Amino acid sequence: MTVSILIFLPIVAALLTLLFKNEMAKHAAMFFAVVELAIALYFLSGFVPDASLQYSIDAPWIPQFGVYFKAGIDGISMVMVLLTTALVPLIILTTYEHQYKNANAFYALILFMQAGLLTVFTAFDGFLFYVGWEAALIPIYFICALWGGENRIRITIKFFIYTFAGSLFMLIGIIYLYLQTPGKDYDLQHFYNLSLDASHQSWVFLAFFLAFAIKMPLFPFHTWQPDTYTEAPTAGTMLLSGIMLKMGIYGVIRWLIPNAPLGYLTWQNVALALAIIGIVYASLIAFKQIDGKRLVAYSSIAHVGLIAAGIFAWNLYGIQGAMIQMVSHGINVVGMFFIWDIISRRLGTRDISKLGGIAKVAPQFSIAFLIIVLGTVALPLTNGFVGEFLLLRGVFAWGIYTTAIAGTTIILGAVYMLRMYKNVMQGELNELTATFTDIKGSEKLALGIICALIIVIGVYPQPLLHISEAAVTNLIDTVNHKFITTKF
Amino acid sequence: MNTLIIISVLPIVLLYLGLYKAQKALLPVTIIGMLIALGAAVMQWSDNAQPIYHGMMLFNNFSIAFSVVSIVSTILILMLSKGYFEKISSHIAEYYAIILFSLAGIVVMVSYHNLTMLFVGIEIMSVSLYILAGIRKNDFASNESALKYFLMGAFSTGFLLFGITLIYGASGSFDLDGIRDYVLAHPRNIDPIFYTGVLLIIVGLCFKVGAAPFHFWTPDVYEGAPSLITAYMSTVVKAAGFAAFLRLFSASFGSIATFWSPVLMVITIITLFIGNITALYQQSFKRMLAFSSISHAGYLMFAIVALGAASANSVFVYATAYSIASIIAFGALVLVRQQTGSDNVEGFNGLARKNPFLAFVLTVSMLSLAGIPLTAGFVGKFYMFSGALLQYKYIMVIVAVVNAIISIFYYFRVIIAMYFRSADRSEVVVPAYYKFVLGFSALVTIAIGVYPALISSLI
Repeated sequence: MTVSILIFLPIVAALLTLLFKNEMAKHAAMFFAVVELAIALYFLSGFVPDASLQYSIDAPWIPQFGVYFKAGIDGISMVMVLLTTALVPLIILTTYEHQYKNANAFYALILFMQAGLLTVFTAFDGFLFYVGWEAALIPIYFICALWGGENRIRITIKFFIYTFAGSLFMLIGIIYLYLQTPGKDYDLQHFYNLSLDASHQSWVFLAFFLAFAIKMPLFPFHTWQPDTYTEAPTAGTMLLSGIMLKMGIYGVIRWLIPNAPLGYLTWQNVALALAIIGIVYASLIAFKQIDGKRLVAYSSIAHVGLIAAGIFAWNLYGIQGAMIQMVSHGINVVGMFFIWDIISRRLGTRDISKLGGIAKVAPQFSIAFLIIVLGTVALPLTNGFVGEFLLLRGVFAWGIYTTAIAGTTIILGAVYMLRMYKNVMQGELNELTATFTDIKGSEKLALGIICALIIVIGVYPQPLLHISEAAVTNLIDTVNHKFITTKF
Repeated sequence: MNTLIIISVLPIVLLYLGLYKAQKALLPVTIIGMLIALGAAVMQWSDNAQPIYHGMMLFNNFSIAFSVVSIVSTILILMLSKGYFEKISSHIAEYYAIILFSLAGIVVMVSYHNLTMLFVGIEIMSVSLYILAGIRKNDFASNESALKYFLMGAFSTGFLLFGITLIYGASGSFDLDGIRDYVLAHPRNIDPIFYTGVLLIIVGLCFKVGAAPFHFWTPDVYEGAPSLITAYMSTVVKAAGFAAFLRLFSASFGSIATFWSPVLMVITIITLFIGNITALYQQSFKRMLAFSSISHAGYLMFAIVALGAASANSVFVYATAYSIASIIAFGALVLVRQQTGSDNVEGFNGLARKNPFLAFVLTVSMLSLAGIPLTAGFVGKFYMFSGALLQYKYIMVIVAVVNAIISIFYYFRVIIAMYFRSADRSEVVVPAYYKFVLGFSALVTIAIGVYPALISSLI
């Protein structure tokens, strides 16, 4: 069994899903997503957590141009594959109460996107990586623009052009690296073996950085994000924030810093500064939001800023923290958007100032909401704590003041999140919120899974950390080796 | 060479069929004849072709590949034209015959080995096109289109001919190899007349392929001519123009690239910006396609500016991808126009709800033209960028990327209209042969995008 089954199954599944009508399409998509998860878990069961590439495939694709279908799973990819395959069925589960028009197309697009995402996370060939990168973009564009809110047309085209612009520059970077390889191919390992001089690496760094910074998004490339998250249908927002932005973070770990280590040395201060500005900036804006979904969107920028800071510090703590925080953030943000989906579907508004007292009428909902809030604000024994602790520990190597500023994310996050919780769930019931009914059925199941994951990962993160540890150590060694051997 | 003979004889047969009122036989006979010509071309595939007819023609793999693309595109366009020309006039045999005559010119253009043959090929093609552009005799726009095209075309032919003459004056030869030998034999002391000739040829050929600043005829001519003729002009003719362009510059002028490549570089950059920025402001879908075809001429020019071993391949892949995607776009335009009576992008509003198939194929076409991965258009752009980066033309690639981003706006406007805007409309009737042509083209676009090795190593 190779990783190709993971990549191609969702495509076949998507085409089959198109054949079903409404409710059946939903169930079909769910079935395929669960099968995909089962395959990923099967891969995990046989996975040896060392730095080697496993379940790999290396088939000629356009051999005369040095393009190979080279994909595989190492520790870093394994975590990303688990995240993707676990979140997609969860996201489908959260849509069970929705009746989307043309449901078959909706679920088919989700599965198509999953194929693109898994390609990105397992590709070890530059061309394949780029194709997966774009292939994930088209479905999400259609999901957002077809099933989104009022201003969707204007906002989604902005989103598309932003991300497409970034990725084209990355394409130039990839082609440039390809032209430098002695054997003229796109193999990532051959990219790693290159020793370009510092000024060229600096340009390569910028080309890749732009694509990844837009995708994450880092300040000041984030302007597409709040609008898109707000206008997209909830499932689309979850895909974007839960999985898609991790493409950017993963790209930095795998494709940016190891390919241009000297470029990284040149620009690390700038990158780190942008990440940290983003943390504070987005937290302050989140503070002022009255639309719950928008508040979560800004909080996502802040969290991603911390992850990026941990990576740009480039040490074992920072990167391992980023790995586990990608998973935690994926779970928490999906949970948070689901909470707001439930509220807005029941009450028809996301305006925090109009809500209050929901805990009185919906105790189960309030417990789930609380656990997700606590996970997001990184309370010890929740998943958010493990990641943020490691990330701050990683950034600490950089300097105590940097860490202090980055650490405000925890304080500010706690302030706006708990305030949101207080305003929505506590206080007096009003006419609107009195009609709120407690969660049931698929909602209860989805929130239950999310809460369980938050606590389990928070209490015992070791297995997850263990998966990626060897691969991360190996990657850091590769880069350190390049620092030493490259001529300045 | 049998291909050329078959394509030249076929229109005469068609004219006789028209004379004897065998209207129904026209399309089948044309298509069967062209398939035979196609087969004849493919049969000649070999790696060691020699110039024939006293060095006048060289029917090598390059020529075969471009002939095949031209013939296939023409077949597709002719299949779309079933029932289309009947509405314009009663003498349908003329259309088929004239299109085939111009195709004969195109086959000459992609397989010449002597500048006189280049000139003859371009003239056979152009004269046919002047007639085709004005074929709606009572339509004002069509007449304007024909007149403009004729005046501009005749003018540019003059430049081309003058250039050829000067080159002959300097080198003493019309033969591509002869000219190359002259350039190689005089590394330091090439006659200034020769350089002048090269510049004039550039002007002439840029006119023909619609590159800025020699593009002014394109929008009006493309808009005025009947849609399917426009499709033919902007796909087959453009691809052939670039094949001819590339053949001359790589075979004869390759060693003086330092002289002409800055000139072409400037032309390329202007072409990209003018095509794309003007296309942004078009309300008419047809006019938008006309301007976008200018910008695609800019991308195609990359292969000539960054001349290298892979150039022929790049032009081939790009031209194929572009032609197929454009055929879908024009086919969809013809259908929508029949229903709404206008060329405007608004005419596509809400198309996806009533015609999911039509909307889907047009989306594939737009994505391909915009160069999104997993479509043929991306593969074309990818080769162009790779070739340019290989020659360290960084600025050009950045300009191209900026333009690719601009082009997203207007290509996606069509997708947005079809899927995200709603309008009261009834279903557009899609005849079976349209379904075949559009479906086939979309399939080819995706197939090349997913597995470029299908065509990328032919030449």
